[in-house]
Amino acid sequence: MTKLDAKIPKGPIDQKWTNHKNNIKLVNPANKRLIDVIVVGTGLAGGAAAASLAEMGYNVKAFCFQDSPRRAHSIAAQGGINAAKNYQNDGDSVYRLFYDTIKGGDYRSREGNVYRLAEVSTSIIDQCVAQGVPFAREYGGLLDNRSFGGVQVSRTFYAKGQTGQQLLLGAYSAMSRQISKGKITMYNRHEMMDVVKVDGKARGIIARNLVTGEIERHGAHAVVICSGGYGNVFFLSTNAMGSNASASWKVHKKGAFFGNPSYTQIHPTCIPVSGDHQSKLTLMSESLRNDGRIWVPKKKEDAEAIRQGKMKPVQLAEEDRDYYLERRYPSFGNLVPRDVASRAAKERCDAGFGVNQTGEAVFLDFAASFERYGKTEAKVHGLENASKEEIIKLGRKVVESKYGNLFEMYEKITDDNPYETPMKIYPAVHYTMGGIWVDYNLMTTIPGCYACGEANFSDHGANRLGASALMQGLADGYFVLPYTIGDYLADDIRTGEIDTNSSEFAAAEKEVKDSLQKLIDIKGNKTVDYFHRRLGKIMWNDCGMSRNGKDLKRAMEDIRALRDEFWSDVKVPGELNDMNLELEKASRVADFLELGELMCQDALDREESAGGHFREEHQTPEGEALRDDENFTFVSAYEYTGDPGKATLHKEQLEFEAVEVKTRSYK
Amino acid sequence: MNLTLKVWRQKGPEAKGSMETYPVSDVSPDMSFLEMLDVLNEELVEKGDVPIAFDHDCREGICGSCSLYINGQAHGPMQGTTTCQLHMRSFKDGDTVFIEPWRAKAFPVIKDLVVDRSAFDRVIQAGGYVSVNTSGNTLDANAIPVPKEDADMAFDAATCIGCGACVATCKNASAMLFVSAKVSQLSLLPQGEVEANERVKNMVAQMDKEGFGNCSVTGACEVECPKGISLENIARMNREYLKANVSPGK
Repeated sequence: MTKLDAKIPKGPIDQKWTNHKNNIKLVNPANKRLIDVIVVGTGLAGGAAAASLAEMGYNVKAFCFQDSPRRAHSIAAQGGINAAKNYQNDGDSVYRLFYDTIKGGDYRSREGNVYRLAEVSTSIIDQCVAQGVPFAREYGGLLDNRSFGGVQVSRTFYAKGQTGQQLLLGAYSAMSRQISKGKITMYNRHEMMDVVKVDGKARGIIARNLVTGEIERHGAHAVVICSGGYGNVFFLSTNAMGSNASASWKVHKKGAFFGNPSYTQIHPTCIPVSGDHQSKLTLMSESLRNDGRIWVPKKKEDAEAIRQGKMKPVQLAEEDRDYYLERRYPSFGNLVPRDVASRAAKERCDAGFGVNQTGEAVFLDFAASFERYGKTEAKVHGLENASKEEIIKLGRKVVESKYGNLFEMYEKITDDNPYETPMKIYPAVHYTMGGIWVDYNLMTTIPGCYACGEANFSDHGANRLGASALMQGLADGYFVLPYTIGDYLADDIRTGEIDTNSSEFAAAEKEVKDSLQKLIDIKGNKTVDYFHRRLGKIMWNDCGMSRNGKDLKRAMEDIRALRDEFWSDVKVPGELNDMNLELEKASRVADFLELGELMCQDALDREESAGGHFREEHQTPEGEALRDDENFTFVSAYEYTGDPGKATLHKEQLEFEAVEVKTRSYK
Repeated sequence: MNLTLKVWRQKGPEAKGSMETYPVSDVSPDMSFLEMLDVLNEELVEKGDVPIAFDHDCREGICGSCSLYINGQAHGPMQGTTTCQLHMRSFKDGDTVFIEPWRAKAFPVIKDLVVDRSAFDRVIQAGGYVSVNTSGNTLDANAIPVPKEDADMAFDAATCIGCGACVATCKNASAMLFVSAKVSQLSLLPQGEVEANERVKNMVAQMDKEGFGNCSVTGACEVECPKGISLENIARMNREYLKANVSPGK
C-alpha cells in the first residue's frame, strides 16, 4: 500500500515556499530541450502551465477536446480573481487571504498549499496585466476591486462579468506565442483516453482524434492533467456540456488517488430550472450579491400568491419580506460564503417560501441599490430635487455599468427584465473541490503524473470561496508547477525520447480501442443522455446539497444498477473511425457512472458536515453545519481497486499550525 | 409548438452535402435553440440514425463554440445573441427553420454543421499577444496607470468570442472584425504598444494567407456580432496598419 506523503516543506508557513524553491532540483536550459511534457486541458491551469513550461524550454504537447484552447470552460467564469494586493488599504494581506481561504474551506485544506496560493496571488495580477488583460480601472487609472462572499475586504480584480474570459484569453495568447515558436504542439479536438505507465512512471497518453476517430500514442517524460472538475456528473450543472471527468478518472484507475470526491460546491445564484428539456444551468455571478439583496416573502400565503402569478414581487411591502441572509448572518449578510447561502435558500424553499412555479427559487433584488446609487449620482450631478423616478433611473445606469451583461443574459434566458422585477435564483452544482490527490509539488501518486487547477483536490478544502478558482488555476499553471516539475524531470535528462512502440503503449491503446468498440457494439435501446440524466437525478437527490446515510447507501446501489443497465442497453450509433459525438459522450458517461459511486462512498464515510458536504445527521440546533474535528480532520484519498464502490480509503491527516481551528461562523 | 427543420447534413469534408428535412414537435418556448436540437438528436439516436453534429460547449454565450446559420442569419434572428442563448420563443408554431453551417473558404466543413475555425488561432499565433514572459517578474500591476476610458475600450474589443459570425455573415468572408478586435485591444493598452507595428502587419498578413476576403465596410459583421464588437475597431486597425507601414521605425 502506498504511503501518502504530502511533502509539505518544514519551517515557518511564510517561508515554506521560498525555502522549497531554493532547495528543489533544477534542469538546465540545454537539458530542458531534451524533455517532453504533455498537458491535458487548456483552461486557466493547463493554458498557463503549457505556456510557462514551453517558455522555460521544455517541449510541450497540449491537448484539448474543444476546437481551440480559447474555448476552455474557464472562459465562462464571471466574477473575478482574488489577490492580496491590498490596493484598497482595507487591511488585506497574504495572511488574511490565506486565513479566509482556510476558514472558507471549513478547515479541510492544507495550510502549506493555501499559504502558497495567497503568496503567489499578487504575481498573478502583475502577470495578467502585463499580458494586456483589460481589468476594470478606476478614473485615476489604477485597478478597481470588489468584494466576494466570505470576505470582509475588497480583493477581487475583475473585468465586468467576464473575468474568466479575459484571463483565459491572456493564457491563450501566451500559449499562442509559444505555438508560433514551435515550443508547444497543439492538439485541438483531441481527447485523452488513458495515461500510459512505463516502469511505474507516467510516460505518455493515448488520445483520440475527435475528427477522424484515430487513436494516437503520445509519449512524454511527464503528464500534467488540467482537465477541470467533474460537476457534470450531476447532468445539470453550470459546467460546459463537454466538461468531463474522464482524464481524472483514467489516471485514478491507473493508480492516482482521488481526493475528497464528495466535496461539491453548490453555487447559490443560478437561474432556476425551468423544465425537463434543460441541458444545463446558468450561473449569475456571485458579485451580484454585493448589490443585490436576497429575500422570500415572510408569509406563506404571499409566497403562494407570487407562485401563482396573482401578486408581483414588487407589490410586497418591505415589512412582509424576509431578507433571511441578513437576518441570520448580520455581519456578512448577503455576502456569506456559497455553501451557507445555498443551504439557506434551500431551507426557505423546503419550508414552502419558494417564489417560482416549482417552488425552488428565491429573489435577488436590486431595488435598494438602484435607489442608493441613484442618490449618490444625483448628488454628483448636482440634482438637488431629483424625483424618485429620476433617482432610480440614475441608479439603474450605475448597476448596468457594473453588471449589464449579466442582466442581459438573465433576460435572454428567462424573458424577465431584472431592472423591473427581482431576479429569481436557486442553487446549482458548480465546482468540485475534490479531485486527483496531489502532494505539495502537485504530483499525483503516479510518479511523473501531475494535476493542476480544478482537476486536483488541493487548496479549497470543503468549500471554495468566490474568485478563488481563477486564482488557483493560474497559480498552479504559471507559478507552482513550472518550479516543482523540474524537481522530478531533473532525473530524466538522459532518458531520451519516450518510445511509443513499447508494449505498454500497445496494451493501453488496445484497451482504449476495445472499450470504445464495446460501447458501439452494445446496440441497446436507450440513449447516452437517458443514462446521464438518471445518474444526475440520483446524485442531486442523494449526494447534492444535503446528504444522509440512508439515501447515500441506496444511491450507491442505484448507481451500480444503472451502470449495469448502461453497459447492456446503451445505444451508440455511428462508427469508431469518424467524428462521433455520441461515442464521446458515452465514453464520458461511463466514467461518471463509476465516479458517482465513489462520491457517494466518500460522502457516506464522512460522518460530519463540512463546507459543501452537509450530512443531515450532523447539524447544530440552528441548522448550521457541524464538523467533527477530532475524527475528520483529514483528506480522504481513495485508491482504485477495480470496483469504484470498494476503493481503499487512505487518510492524509491535516495539521494546523498557523491558524486555530474554530467553528466557522458568519453571524 | 411544431416546427419543420431543414438541416445541412454532410458526412465529411470531402462528401457532398444536402439539406434534410426533420419535423420536430412539442417544442417549448423556454428551450434554447440547441436544446431543441438535442431533443431532435435524441430522437434520431433512438431510431438508430446518426445525430446531427454541431459545435457547442458552455451554452452561456461566452465560449464561442456554437455557430449555425439560422434562416440566413448568423446565430439566428435575435441581435447580440449566440445560438446557445437563442430561445425558441423567437419562433412561431408551424415555422420552417433552415439550419446551415458557417460558409467561408477559410472555415472548411468538418461534418454537418461543424466547421474548422483554426484559421483564427493561426491569426492570433501570428502576433495577437504581448511578448511577455510568464515569469511573474513583471512590474507591479498598478505601476502603469491606464485611463479608464482606454481600459473600457480595450475591454469592449476584448470581449470578442471568436465564434466567426462576422466571417460567416460577410459577403467576402472577411475576418476584419475579429482581427481588428484583438489589434484594438492590444494597441489601446500601454503593455501592447511596443510591438504594435509588427503585430498588426503580421496578423493582417496571416489573415490574408488564410483565405479570408477583404473588408468592404458593409457592416454586416457588426450587425450579426453576438458581442456587439464595433466597426470602429476596423477603423482603428486600418490606422494601425497605415501607421506601421508609413513609420516602420517606431
